[in-house]
Amino acid sequence: MSSLTIYKRELRSYFGQPTAYAIIVIFLALSMGLTFSFGNFMRVGDASLEWSFFFWHPWIYMLLAPAVGMKLWSDEQRNGTIELLGTFPVSMWSAIIGKFLAAATVWLAALVLTFPIVATVNYLGDPDNGAILAGYIGSLLVCSTFVAITMLVSACTRDQVVCLIVSVAICVTMVLCGYDDFTREIGKAVSPGVVEAIVSIGVWDHFRSLNRGLLRLQDAVWFTSFIAVCLLGTSTILSAKRS
Amino acid sequence: MIEVHKLTKQFGSKLAVDELSFTVKKGEVLGFLGPNGAGKSTTMRMITGFIPPSSGDAKVCGLSIIENPQEAKTKIGYLPESAPLYPDMTVSSFLSFCAEIRGLKKSAAKDAVERAIETCFLSSVARQSIDTLSKGYRHRTCLAQALLHDPEVLILDEPTDGLDPNQKHEVRQLIKRLGKDKAILFSTHILEEVEAACSRAVIVDRGKIVADGTPAELIAQSDTGSLTDLFRKLTTRDTEAAA
Repeated sequence: MSSLTIYKRELRSYFGQPTAYAIIVIFLALSMGLTFSFGNFMRVGDASLEWSFFFWHPWIYMLLAPAVGMKLWSDEQRNGTIELLGTFPVSMWSAIIGKFLAAATVWLAALVLTFPIVATVNYLGDPDNGAILAGYIGSLLVCSTFVAITMLVSACTRDQVVCLIVSVAICVTMVLCGYDDFTREIGKAVSPGVVEAIVSIGVWDHFRSLNRGLLRLQDAVWFTSFIAVCLLGTSTILSAKRS
Repeated sequence: MIEVHKLTKQFGSKLAVDELSFTVKKGEVLGFLGPNGAGKSTTMRMITGFIPPSSGDAKVCGLSIIENPQEAKTKIGYLPESAPLYPDMTVSSFLSFCAEIRGLKKSAAKDAVERAIETCFLSSVARQSIDTLSKGYRHRTCLAQALLHDPEVLILDEPTDGLDPNQKHEVRQLIKRLGKDKAILFSTHILEEVEAACSRAVIVDRGKIVADGTPAELIAQSDTGSLTDLFRKLTTRDTEAAA
């Protein structure tokens, strides 16, 4: 119940200010721009959207997802409103959940607005819409993971800029680790075991299988446990800061 | 209604609050005096459940803030020292949010918001965005938030700080009026305020109570019959503390 109240407040704050609109517009411009230019959407004649469209999402999220999450707790700490939240009869958990879901909703809205591309492939060809749906789920899971990471970082600092930079660095690392060209280069220098460890913290392995329309339990577990760990960490940091 | 028992807070090696014990009964307005850094705000933050005490306990309406934080918090209205607010909201939407998070139902919440706006003279700015308000209005908006759920216990950290003389007078009158059927603990370092609004006062210095009594009793303790002289005699000046 109180999660819902906090969720509504956060959402109103996103959409009552230019933040959400700016991010959604930039996301749409970048994802469509990349799809039609480097993605060669028109030439490859592939209706699955896997390479032309979804492939670009983690690259965009690693820069933009932290912009959505950076204010979640750093603002709260700078304005001192965390003192209000902390003395309202609600648990910190409901605030964490409410804020996380609000930020994820901004991304959901952005993803929903990419519907013209789905309409286009359905008009031009005969795609597997189940696979496209799985791609969307994977995409939402990747950005939710990045939002959760940003939320964890924002609990550590009252400075939004610091939060943005640190979270972007973490997200970039997660995208690069597991990206084939990058791991191949690393593989020349270190043993295969290390490469495997590096790949395992990257998002690609899990994103790609969803992208192919494969809903594997292990990927769902990987994303949800990663998010859960970040939210737990947020709660730990916030309560440690108070005492 | 407020029972504080051997409340202690240690920050690293610094003892901010040292086994503080006092009670505030219903119908009593207790002024909490002391120099800056005496531990007033820390004590209030512990009673309201924002920060956990190192040892000791505080009970609000018989409910321990440590064992039963959620329920104890429903009995308290709290104005933090910096009067924190969400700058992106309007006064009335902020108050509605606070009422909702306090669990007030739709119509009850609406009435509570209207009542608080009236009590704190905010009707002229109710629809205005908080970041455009002057300091006096912000302070009263935060005070209104503390009154929404008609709490049995009010904890106000420097409620008249930053207000002009007219507003100070109004807030003192308000505290006096509310004090008739609530237990109020408020901190201040304006000594006239004690005589104007309190039924009892304690002076705290370096985390300990150094004087306790009605304003008249405290004045009698002073050789010169002035509260200021008593205050200066009993408390440590920060220039001395540093030496």
